Amino acid sequence: MSNEPVEQQTVLQRVLDDINFIMMLGLVIPTVLYTLWGVMEVASLPIAR
Amino acid sequence: MAITTAQSPFRTDPLTGLRIDLTAQALVKTNAVLAVVFLLVGGLAGLLVALTRWPAVHLLPADLFYMALTAHGLVALVVWIVFFEMAVIYFCATSLLNCRLAAPKWAWAQVVLMTVGTAITTVAVLQGESSVMFSAYVPLAAAPHFYLGIILFAVGALIGCFVFWGTLVIAKEEKTYEGSLPLTVYGCMIAVVIAVFTLATGAVILIPAFLWSLGLIKSVDPMMYRVVFWGFGHSSQQINVTAHITIWYTVAGLAFGAKPMSEKVSRTAFLLYICFLQLGSTHHLLSDPGLSASWKIVNTSYMMYLAVLASLIHGLTVPGSIEVAQRRNGLDNGLFEWLRKCPWGNPVFSSTILSIIIFGFIGGISGVVMSVEQINMIIHNTIYVPGHFHGTVAGGTTLAFMGLTYYLVPVLFQRQLILKPLAAIQPWLFGGGMAVFAVALMGAGTLGVPRRHQDMTFAGQALAYDYGGMNQLLMAIGEIGGVISVVGGAAFILIIVGSILMGEPVPANAKCIVAPPADAGGHKKIGMGGFEAPGTFVLALTLFVCLVLYYFVNFKYLATLWPLT
Ligand code: HEM
Ligand SMILES: [Cu+2]
Repeated sequence: MSNEPVEQQTVLQRVLDDINFIMMLGLVIPTVLYTLWGVMEVASLPIAR
Repeated sequence: MAITTAQSPFRTDPLTGLRIDLTAQALVKTNAVLAVVFLLVGGLAGLLVALTRWPAVHLLPADLFYMALTAHGLVALVVWIVFFEMAVIYFCATSLLNCRLAAPKWAWAQVVLMTVGTAITTVAVLQGESSVMFSAYVPLAAAPHFYLGIILFAVGALIGCFVFWGTLVIAKEEKTYEGSLPLTVYGCMIAVVIAVFTLATGAVILIPAFLWSLGLIKSVDPMMYRVVFWGFGHSSQQINVTAHITIWYTVAGLAFGAKPMSEKVSRTAFLLYICFLQLGSTHHLLSDPGLSASWKIVNTSYMMYLAVLASLIHGLTVPGSIEVAQRRNGLDNGLFEWLRKCPWGNPVFSSTILSIIIFGFIGGISGVVMSVEQINMIIHNTIYVPGHFHGTVAGGTTLAFMGLTYYLVPVLFQRQLILKPLAAIQPWLFGGGMAVFAVALMGAGTLGVPRRHQDMTFAGQALAYDYGGMNQLLMAIGEIGGVISVVGGAAFILIIVGSILMGEPVPANAKCIVAPPADAGGHKKIGMGGFEAPGTFVLALTLFVCLVLYYFVNFKYLATLWPLT
């Protein structure tokens, strides 16, 4: 696991251990790909007359 | 950050050797007890719903049916599960990190807000003006306090998440553990990240609905509501999935001394969840007009499959680690000796393994297949959907939570379980009933029977449709499974509440209930043909073959329904 000094850790291990980065990823990805993209699609529908 | 060093009292638990923060213990107990109470309420509402959808019984009139269905969905899906999850995250963050709980006062605020919120919404539902189902699609209007209660509940849950996060920060600063977070706490952390997205999304959509119900804003766009709502409604299911998978890992470790086959692979699978799991929310909107095929397919297929890959990894490594542990302890003959000689009569184990099987074979396979845009047309809004998600959230999550509860009652309440013979069969009743229920409903749904429908015979309706005897039969079989499952649920509540109130105290010299790590020094060769866990490998291949077959059967069926030549 990650007892080694920081320089020896792989990038993946450092990402896995960085809980704040994981929080950021977990909020940004679905907000952009699901919510914002989805909402933009609904917003760009023409209004019926 | 200013962190006080005032210590709350700890005790060392004789059964597990864990150092337990007493404040956290009180919070864990309170949340868990509230959870079990609400499981009772949700289960009773589920019984009423099931007895109405069983054509020969057809218990409730329409108004009461929709009231009971709203109550069942909300209480079983949201209240029971989230209270239990609060107990789990507080327990893991403190006991497993050997740390005190951050901000206990805020944690109590979580309990109060969630309880008050539940009470307010329940009153709204029982008053009869809010039978809008848990999805509460606008412009279907509920009473304002219906939304208010859910909002308070969600704020409470969000506070719980921050208390958990704060505890991680304290544990790190006070160096109460070394290296990376233990995998179990890691899984909770992942669940909490998903929860923060979920609850924030819930606020974005429920607050406007609340204001609209008060008449403060003129309208909420129905399409917009559906998109944002499912960011909340679906993601909340992913919290559950992450939580129960974390429990699978925990139980494998506690009961067998099993070590994850690879910590790094398991953690990377959790990272895939963070990146891709919530995008599956789109599968609720596959039949909605106005949303592009690109948005639908990118989210549900391309991205979602990476999350499915992660689930397959968890589904492979948890039983695999049990297999390796069993083989190291000498059960190394043939493909399945390790499995045959598992403690099938121990409810902690049987709940967990049944949860893995039901979640994988019923909930998992159906979920992947119905998330395909074309196939979704067959089953959208049919009773197939409840069939599917009782495989995930009842047979999967609820059963896993039951298993952990059997483990935790002696630890937290220091009481032994009562009615042990009943406890030995309880997971089979609940899980077995649920499996029948789920599969039968999926059958009826494939043939077109609608969900959320009080009378599939359309008695006395001008525009009736005859679903035929086969469907009536499938619904009857399914609801009989449902009733068996309610009996299993009731047995669970009886055993747990009875043990807390009347169980024998755990003797002071009790045997430790954590299995020693499986023969760790052993470099002796185990397994077959170069595989350490060949049995699990065969089971995983079976799952995969079932998935592929089921996928193609559905496409074939779709082609017969809509001849395109
Ligand atoms: C104890 C045994 C249970 C039985 C017999 C049962 C039965 C049912 C039935 C018959 C329906 C109605 C399907 C329809 O007409 O559309 C339903 C819906 C539902 N159930 Fe259960 N259920 C049980 C347990 C659970 C559990 C443990 C959960 C969650 C953890 C759950 C969550 C739900 C949800 C979310 C719905 C959908 C409500 C809606 O459409 O708004 N159920 N259940
Ligand atoms: Cu979903």
